[in-house]
Amino acid sequence: MNPKTLYQKVWESHIVSESDDAPSILYIDLHLIHEVTSPQAFSGLREKGLKVRRPERTIAAMDHSTPTISLNFDTADDMAIAQLEQITKNCADFGITLFDAGSKERGIVHVIGPEQGFTQPGKTIVCGDSHTSTHGAFGALAFGIGTSEVEHVLATQSLLQSKSKTYEVRFEGVLPFGVTAKDMILALIAKIGIGGGTGHVFEFSGDAVKALDMDGRMTLCNMSIEAGARAGMIAPDETTFAYLKGRTHAPKGDAWDAAVEKWKQLPSDEGAVYDKTVTINVSKLEPMVTYGTNPEMGIAISETIPSLGNKSEAEQASLSKALNYMDLSADSPLKDHPIDVVFIGSCTNSRMSDLRAAASILKGRKVAEGMRLLVVPGSETIRKEAEAEGIDEIVRNAGGEWRFAGCSMCLAMNGDELEPGQYAVSTSNRNFEGRQGKGGRTILASPLTAAASAITGKVTDPRELMK
Amino acid sequence: MKSFTKIRSKIIPLPHTDVDTDQIIPARYLKVIDKNGLAEGLFDSWRRLPDGSPNPDFPLNQDDYQDAQILLSGDNFGCGSSREHAPWALMGWGIRAVISTSFADIFRNNALKNGLLPLVVDEATQTSLFDLTAEAPNATLEIDLVSQILTLPDGTQIKFEIDTFSKTCMLEGIDQLGYLLKHDEQISAFEEMRNA
Ligand code: SF4
Repeated sequence: MNPKTLYQKVWESHIVSESDDAPSILYIDLHLIHEVTSPQAFSGLREKGLKVRRPERTIAAMDHSTPTISLNFDTADDMAIAQLEQITKNCADFGITLFDAGSKERGIVHVIGPEQGFTQPGKTIVCGDSHTSTHGAFGALAFGIGTSEVEHVLATQSLLQSKSKTYEVRFEGVLPFGVTAKDMILALIAKIGIGGGTGHVFEFSGDAVKALDMDGRMTLCNMSIEAGARAGMIAPDETTFAYLKGRTHAPKGDAWDAAVEKWKQLPSDEGAVYDKTVTINVSKLEPMVTYGTNPEMGIAISETIPSLGNKSEAEQASLSKALNYMDLSADSPLKDHPIDVVFIGSCTNSRMSDLRAAASILKGRKVAEGMRLLVVPGSETIRKEAEAEGIDEIVRNAGGEWRFAGCSMCLAMNGDELEPGQYAVSTSNRNFEGRQGKGGRTILASPLTAAASAITGKVTDPRELMK
Repeated sequence: MKSFTKIRSKIIPLPHTDVDTDQIIPARYLKVIDKNGLAEGLFDSWRRLPDGSPNPDFPLNQDDYQDAQILLSGDNFGCGSSREHAPWALMGWGIRAVISTSFADIFRNNALKNGLLPLVVDEATQTSLFDLTAEAPNATLEIDLVSQILTLPDGTQIKFEIDTFSKTCMLEGIDQLGYLLKHDEQISAFEEMRNA
């Protein structure tokens, strides 16, 4: 038999039908929905008189437009309320489980899926959200879809899909002190570009990936889309199984043993061939920061912003447009540049290990004068766990705001936003113009770098505060 | 969805690479629960000055382009989020085709499901089209989906690619959901096989 990749195995085991003149029909095991990209899909179902084919395979979250300053969303604006009411009605009418304001486990859809054990190796998982790639950390094939496709999956539990190409991303070596999964993925995107993975599914491999805990693996897969890839996947192993064991929706008893046996067949076979491969040695990596208006514009913290010279006309134009927006100069360092806000949160970096990393730096220190620090846990489960460890106190004592779970300032739909011209060091995934508020300027970084920058009030190498 | 056979239109130049969906339609416009009214937010931050007034330098605000249906952009158009509000906003404004050298995967899928044509050209064609819009802002292009041909004002014809399935759906204006629903039996068979 031909050796197969992880992607090929999951793909092939979900093909409902194949045809020469149409894309394949792919069966979907788990469908996640949220309030922003689903309302029009339900309207489509109602117009056509259709039902949800497998409501038990659909899970709904309220996360994007929800306020994080109160537990019950009572400060939401009218439009957000209309959206939240709509998803409540849609889930009630069609029999879908909803993690709403009253749910003790609510949070960002890509955080609660794994946390509750819905996300499992070998599953096909989709959501009307590009960071669905996060779930690939478990060896699932997980990718973002549009609202029309949300309607397709609701109605048929299937999707029309063309097979992607495969791209092996090997991270070799041992991560140095103060360098994290976030720095690995930012380094990859800086290397291959935001279109570098278009048409492909990544498989992250190598010793440095195996050494990551599940939180770090999720950070890595989360930003696959920032390199243009359809999805990112990591072969399931003992770390994966240990994380899942005992989670609410993970298999139990004999079913668990049987599942693990099946999951162990998933890793790519010896000799499997990828369409593309890139290798990065992490031993020399440094904390990464972005200077521009897309995630590929990243440098190591000790480097200077690139020159305009030696570039094609289009690259020059895009770099100067970005630097103009950011009000930064070519050939100058980003380190020590003053900032106004630090945002620690989002489906990239809002899990326990992220909050612990940030707290390790914030503990016993105060944020710089005038600095706004916002810490937003990814789920209510995480919030409570962090509070049990005293992380909320550490954040408050440092002068930061400790919030309830949600997407918050990652996309600034809920009232948490930058003011025009403000600089933020953020642990989220996108530094597009205005992403965190109109006119706001985002520098992407790890939770360590973000916390260190909050203390000094400028872009800071966290290793200097970790000694 | 709206069918697409042939259009002739002026070309709106947007000479930026990696135009992301946060620029096409910022998140603050995503609180709607239908598909209407999104054209208002199309390219909001580029189209309006900080005080909210129209930016006279942005092509969508110029008289010449008010009826234009073709947008010409730099590489990797539509990267970023999966929001289908992006094609809805473009279509709502009147755009029917976007020309670029490459499109982000999810945007491309979303566009094709709404009758918005993501048309891929090579770099040389892209450059010559940008030159054309600079020299003759009123020049028009013809896009014929049946023959998959782009015709330049001087009569030059350029063939473009599109997969047969998407092409048929676009030409006939049919929703791809119908195709999936026709496979109900196979889907049930697959579910039974897996539960066995
Ligand atoms: S945290 Fe940010 S990236 Fe993640 S789902 Fe929410 S808005 Fe999207």
